[in-house]
Amino acid sequence: MLAAKVVMEQGVHVEGINFFTGFCVEGHTHAIRKHDQKKQKRNNALWVAEQLGIPLHIIDIVDEYKDVLLNPKHGYGQHLNPCLDCKIFMVRKAQEWCTENGFDFIITGEVIGQRPKSQRAATMPIIARESTAEDRLLRPLCAHHLMPSLPEREGWVDRNKLYGITGRSRKPQVELAQQFGFEEWAQPAGGCCFLTNEQYASKLTDLWQSRGHRDYELDDIIMLKVGRHLRPRPHFKLIIAREEGEANFLEGYRNQFASLQPQSHMGALALIDGVLKDDSDIELAARIAGRYSQGRDGDSVTYEFTQPGQPIKLVSAKPISEKEIEATWYV
Amino acid sequence: MSEPVIVDARRLLCPLPVIRLQQAVKKAPKGSLIRVLATDPGVQNDIPAWCRVHQLQVVRLEQIDREWVVEVQA
Repeated sequence: MLAAKVVMEQGVHVEGINFFTGFCVEGHTHAIRKHDQKKQKRNNALWVAEQLGIPLHIIDIVDEYKDVLLNPKHGYGQHLNPCLDCKIFMVRKAQEWCTENGFDFIITGEVIGQRPKSQRAATMPIIARESTAEDRLLRPLCAHHLMPSLPEREGWVDRNKLYGITGRSRKPQVELAQQFGFEEWAQPAGGCCFLTNEQYASKLTDLWQSRGHRDYELDDIIMLKVGRHLRPRPHFKLIIAREEGEANFLEGYRNQFASLQPQSHMGALALIDGVLKDDSDIELAARIAGRYSQGRDGDSVTYEFTQPGQPIKLVSAKPISEKEIEATWYV
Repeated sequence: MSEPVIVDARRLLCPLPVIRLQQAVKKAPKGSLIRVLATDPGVQNDIPAWCRVHQLQVVRLEQIDREWVVEVQA
């Protein structure tokens, strides 16, 4: 937002690009969970575009992003976040977009030293080079610490009106935002991607281990954001809705997964991801699901058990006790 | 008047309905009516916001049961 504003102040026409990887925190979870639906929802990128008065192009990179996540040349951050490869990939996509749409250069809000993985003095030239943007990549907030880029050398932007911000502190950015009259700004990078989240990374690792290969579809990564996940056996896990919003969302997947819907008591819908090999697996799944129903302390809970393409069955099981649930089952 | 272009974004979560609308606008002749069908309540905010930054007009935004119908003049 600030970087774009700095360049716009020089009379340059700027348009925004926002990439959708499928791992974005905003939007999905708020849309799914009922209590989140009461919060004011906004897409931050659209909100920023509105504040700046510029068009925003939202680009779906879900499929192409798989290779970035599965094979990061520069490795992962603390969890499954391939931040440097991600940055390189997005700048490369932005460069392609610029070429296709007749734009001259790319602006990013990068600041040297702001992020431990992707925004360091050593990574700035790597991003420019490997993205193929080279000197068409302008970082207005820290430009004074970098070699002049093409837009500066050509006089498209005045280098003297750019900045020399460095380090993790956001105080200089806050001061600059106040100078521009911005009273509110979007959440900083890092907190907006599920791949930086320890629990989410653990669920994704579990998904790959259980399938024996590292791959995913969009539905897989969305499902990891929803419900309580328990894996009592290597070949199946339960996804149990935690509230009404999640139950409604999971309901839409009942034609793709086996599911258990309590009938004798109020309780959460559970989807089964994987294979139930025999009746003992079905019973175990039902016993665990019963733990999350109002019949948890009773002798039996009856469920409607469905499997895609098969007739509906009623199954009854005694809910598992808290002591019997092994800590390692929680994904 | 010609039939609206239908964008079925049901079961998609934001920003995917906005991305599908964006793709439809790019393909449709200027002046076309694009009707987005969605189940994510986020479209109530996101589609009008996207239209504002692209200077397009939302001509209808209506909730019917658990679905939203948003019509945009391309």
